[in-house]
Amino acid sequence: MTIFARSDTSILGRWWWTVDRWTLTAVCALIAFGIIMALAASPSVAERVGFDYFYFARRQLIYLPIALAFMLGASLLSPAGVLRAATLFLAIFTLLVIATFLFGTEIKGARRWITLGPLSAQPSEFLKPAFAVFAAWLFAAARNGSLTHGNLISMAAYGFLVALLLMQPDVGMAVLISAVWACQFFLAGLPLYWAALLGVLGIGGLIVAYLILPHVASRIDRFLDPSSGDSYQVDRSLEAFLNGGWFGRGPGEGTVKEVLPDAHSDFVFAVAGEEFGLFVCLVIVCLFAFVVLRGFAKALQETDLFVLLATSGLIVQFGLQALINMGSTLRLMPTKGMTLPFVSYGGSSLIAMGLCIGFLLALTRRRIGAETVQ
Amino acid sequence: MIVGRRNNPESIRIEGDHKTAIETGRNRLMVAGALFSAAFLLIGVRVIDVSIFRSDSEPRYTRGVTKHEKNVGRADITDRNGVLLATSLNTASLYANPRLVLDPEQAAMKLSIVLPDIDVKAIEKKLRSDRGFVWLRRHLTPRQQYAVNRLGIPALNFQREARRMYPLGPLASHVLGYTDIDNRGLSGVERYFDKELRTRQRNLSLAIDIRAQHVLEQELGAAMKKFFAIGAAGLIMDVNTGEIVAMSSLPGFDPNHPGAIAEELRFNRTTLGVYEMGSTFKIFTTAMALDAGTVTLGGGYDATNPIRIARFVIRDYHAKKRWLSVPEIFMYSSNIGTVKMALDVGIAGHRKFLSDLGMMKPVLIELSETGAPLSPNRWREINTMTISFGHGLAVSPLHLVAGVSAIVNGGIYRSPTLIKRDTNTPGPGKRIISLETSLKMRRLMRLVVDKGTGQKAAAPGFLVGGKTGTAEKVSGRGYHRKALISSFVAAFPMNKPRYVVLAMLDEAKGTEETFGYATGGWVAAPVVGAVVRRIAPVLGLRPVKADEASREILAIEVPKKSDRERRVAAH
Repeated sequence: MTIFARSDTSILGRWWWTVDRWTLTAVCALIAFGIIMALAASPSVAERVGFDYFYFARRQLIYLPIALAFMLGASLLSPAGVLRAATLFLAIFTLLVIATFLFGTEIKGARRWITLGPLSAQPSEFLKPAFAVFAAWLFAAARNGSLTHGNLISMAAYGFLVALLLMQPDVGMAVLISAVWACQFFLAGLPLYWAALLGVLGIGGLIVAYLILPHVASRIDRFLDPSSGDSYQVDRSLEAFLNGGWFGRGPGEGTVKEVLPDAHSDFVFAVAGEEFGLFVCLVIVCLFAFVVLRGFAKALQETDLFVLLATSGLIVQFGLQALINMGSTLRLMPTKGMTLPFVSYGGSSLIAMGLCIGFLLALTRRRIGAETVQ
Repeated sequence: MIVGRRNNPESIRIEGDHKTAIETGRNRLMVAGALFSAAFLLIGVRVIDVSIFRSDSEPRYTRGVTKHEKNVGRADITDRNGVLLATSLNTASLYANPRLVLDPEQAAMKLSIVLPDIDVKAIEKKLRSDRGFVWLRRHLTPRQQYAVNRLGIPALNFQREARRMYPLGPLASHVLGYTDIDNRGLSGVERYFDKELRTRQRNLSLAIDIRAQHVLEQELGAAMKKFFAIGAAGLIMDVNTGEIVAMSSLPGFDPNHPGAIAEELRFNRTTLGVYEMGSTFKIFTTAMALDAGTVTLGGGYDATNPIRIARFVIRDYHAKKRWLSVPEIFMYSSNIGTVKMALDVGIAGHRKFLSDLGMMKPVLIELSETGAPLSPNRWREINTMTISFGHGLAVSPLHLVAGVSAIVNGGIYRSPTLIKRDTNTPGPGKRIISLETSLKMRRLMRLVVDKGTGQKAAAPGFLVGGKTGTAEKVSGRGYHRKALISSFVAAFPMNKPRYVVLAMLDEAKGTEETFGYATGGWVAAPVVGAVVRRIAPVLGLRPVKADEASREILAIEVPKKSDRERRVAAH
C-alpha cells in the first residue's frame, strides 16, 4: 500500500498510517457483502410491497456513501474530537427522539421515525454510538476523580434515554443501550457486588417487559414453545439454511425471501444462508468475530481509560447487534428486530453504524501517549 | 513525554490510581472478550447445525394439496376396502385457433417433433381450417406440455381437463367399464352411475374386494391359457348380503386406453352373455323337487334306460344303468333321474320355481350390460325335461350364481349388487325354498366335492360344495359336440355358506393331463378349488378341522337300492 508516503504528514497521510487497517478491511468486506445482499434480498421484498424492483437496493446504495463519509470523517477525529462529536450527536438526536413524540411517523405501532420531506430517519439509531462514547467519558472521569458524581450523572442520563426509548416503544434499542452501558460500567470497575445487582436488575427489567408488553411476551413464548404460536418466520428462516446447504442455491436462487416480510433486514442472514451457503455464512460470522475480538485486543493495549471504555462500548454495541440478529435468525433466541450491521437494509442503521465504526477507528488509531482526553 | 510525566510527583498518585483502573478494565475486558468469542462460536456451530444436520430431525415445510387443486370432475371409485380403482387426474389438452396460425405447415412439423405419434397431415389440415377452435391433442403429460410450450408457436393453447385413470389397469375392467375422452361413462359402473359420479363428491364404494378379484382373474386366466379356452367368466357372491365380491370376464381390457379396446373384449360374459349352463341347473331341479316333497333324500328313480322323446334321446353321461337314489342322481349328475324329478313336480311348478329365482328376466344389477335369458316361447313337457338338466334355457352366469346363493343361504333370493352394503345384516329377500331343503342341498353339494364329479374343487378346511356343469354350445340348429361351456358353481364353507363361487370356461379343450376331457369337473372345478384356497383366508374365514363333528353336519346317507328292492332282497 503506497497510497501515502510514510513521510506524509497531512491529515489523510497520518490517518492512513495510524488507522487499524485490518478492521477497516474487515468492515469494507462486510459493506461489500451488504451491497450484494441488498441486490439479492431486497428486490423480492420491494416487489411484494409494491415498489419497483430495485427500490430498496437503490436507496441502500444512496445511503452507503453517506455512511462511508460518516465513518471516514469520524475516524479522522482525535479521541477528544470523538468525545466532542459524540456529545454533540447525543444532544441533537436526543432532541430528535423527543421530537418523534410530537411529529413522528408511526410505523407498525411505534413512533420511531421522523420524516422530513423525502427523507426519513430513525434518530434512536444514532443515540447508540453517541451515548456509548459519552457514557465512557463519564465513567472514566468519575474513576479519575476529575468529575465527581460521574457515575450518578451517567445513571441519570441512561435512565432518561431508556425511558424515552421505552415510550416509543423500542424495547430492542433499550435493551441494547442497557447492555452496552452495563458492560461499560462493569469495565469501569464497578464492584462485583454492584455488577451482580445490575445483572439482577437487567433480568428483572426483561421480566417486567415480558409482563407488561404483550408483543414481547408473545415473542418469548413462541421461542420457548414454537408450537404455542405462529413461528412461521423462524421456520422459513431455518428452512432457508437447510435449502442452502454447503454452497447455497446460488445468487438470486433463494425462495425464502419470497415469503419472509423482513428478508432484506431482520432475516437477511437467512437469505445469505440459502443463496450463498454455509461457507459464506461462516465467513460472515468470522468477519464480525474478527472486528469484535480485534477491537477488544486493541482496547487491551490502551493506556487511557476513556478510550478503553469507549472502544469497548462501541465494540459491544456492534458485536451484540450482530449476535442478536444472527441468533434470532438461527432460533437461538426470541426474534428481535435488529439489523445485521452493514448487511441489512436500513439507511439510519447503516449511517449510524458507519458513525460507530468511525468512532472505533478513531479511538484505535495508533497514538503517542500524550494524546488523551484528560 | 511519559518520562516527563513520571518525574512529576503530583501525577504519580493519579497515575497509580489510573493504572489500577486500567488493570481492572483490562482484566474485565478479557471476560467480555471470552464471552463474545463463545457467542460467535455458538453462532458458527448453529449455522453448521441448521445448514447440514437438520434434514432428518425436523420435517420440512410441505404444501398440502388444496381443495382447488384436487378439483377434478368425476368422483373416485374404490373397492370395498377403499382401494382406488378409478380416479381423475388433471391434464392439459392442446388446442389451436387456426385463424391465428401463421404457418400451418411449419407448426404441424414442429408439433410432430415433440408429439411423434400425431398425424402431421391431419394436424396441418386442422390448422388450415377456417374455424376458431380445433383440438390438436387431448390429455398431454406435463412433459409434453412443456415441450409444446417450448416450441413457442402462437395460437396454440392448453385447456385444463380431467382424465380418467384406472391405476390397476385391466383388473375388474368389466365391472368398472370405461369413459370416453370427455369423461362420459360408456360401460360398467362408469356408465350406470355416470350422473352420480359427475355430480356427487363422495367416492363410490363397490362391493368388489380387489384381492379376491385379482385371485379370481389370475386363476381363470391361467385355466383359460391351459385349456385353450376362448373366454372365461367368474363370480364370487356373498350369499347373505348379495354383494358381488368379484366379477371377472376374460379376456378383459385396459380401461386406460378406451380407444384401443377391441369390440369382442368389451363383451361381459358374466352379465351380458347368456348360456345354457348344463348340469349346474340340477341344483335348482333337485331343490325344487325336495322342497315340493315329490321325492325325499331317501327316494330315487330308475335310470336304467335313456328317455326317448320326439327326436331327442336323453341319456346319462356317467350311465349306471340302474335305480339311483337322489344323492346318487346329484352326485353322478344323472340326466335321466333329474328329468324324472322335474316331471314329478310338473311343468307349471317348474316354470314358476325358475321364474321366482329370476331366471326369466335380466338380473337387476348396477350394470347396463345385462342379458335377457333365452327361454322357450311355449313351455312344454320337453322344455321342462331339458331345462331340468340345464339345456333349453340360456341364462347369464350371474343368474346362476344368484340362484345358487338362494339355494344355499337358507332359501332366500336376494338381488346381487355391485355396491358395498353398509351393514352385514342380510337384506330383504324372497323365500324360494324352506330352510330344511336348503340344509339338504348343502349336503348334496358337499357330496359332489367329497365323492362325486367335483373332487378337484376341494379346498381342505373350507368345506367346498358344488356342482359341475358341461354344456354343448348351440351351433346353428343343433349342438356342437366340441364347443363346450364348462363350469363349476360352488359354495363354501358348506356348514354355514358365506360365498358362492363360479368358474366358467368358454370352449375349453381337453389336454393330456385331463385325458382329453374338457368337462366342468376337469377344467373349472380346479379353478374354484384354487380360488377358495387363496381367498378364504383373505376374506377372514378360518379353516375347519375335518373332525367327526363337522362331518356329522354334512353327512348324508346314500342309498344304493330302492326300498322295494331292499324289501325283495330281505325276503
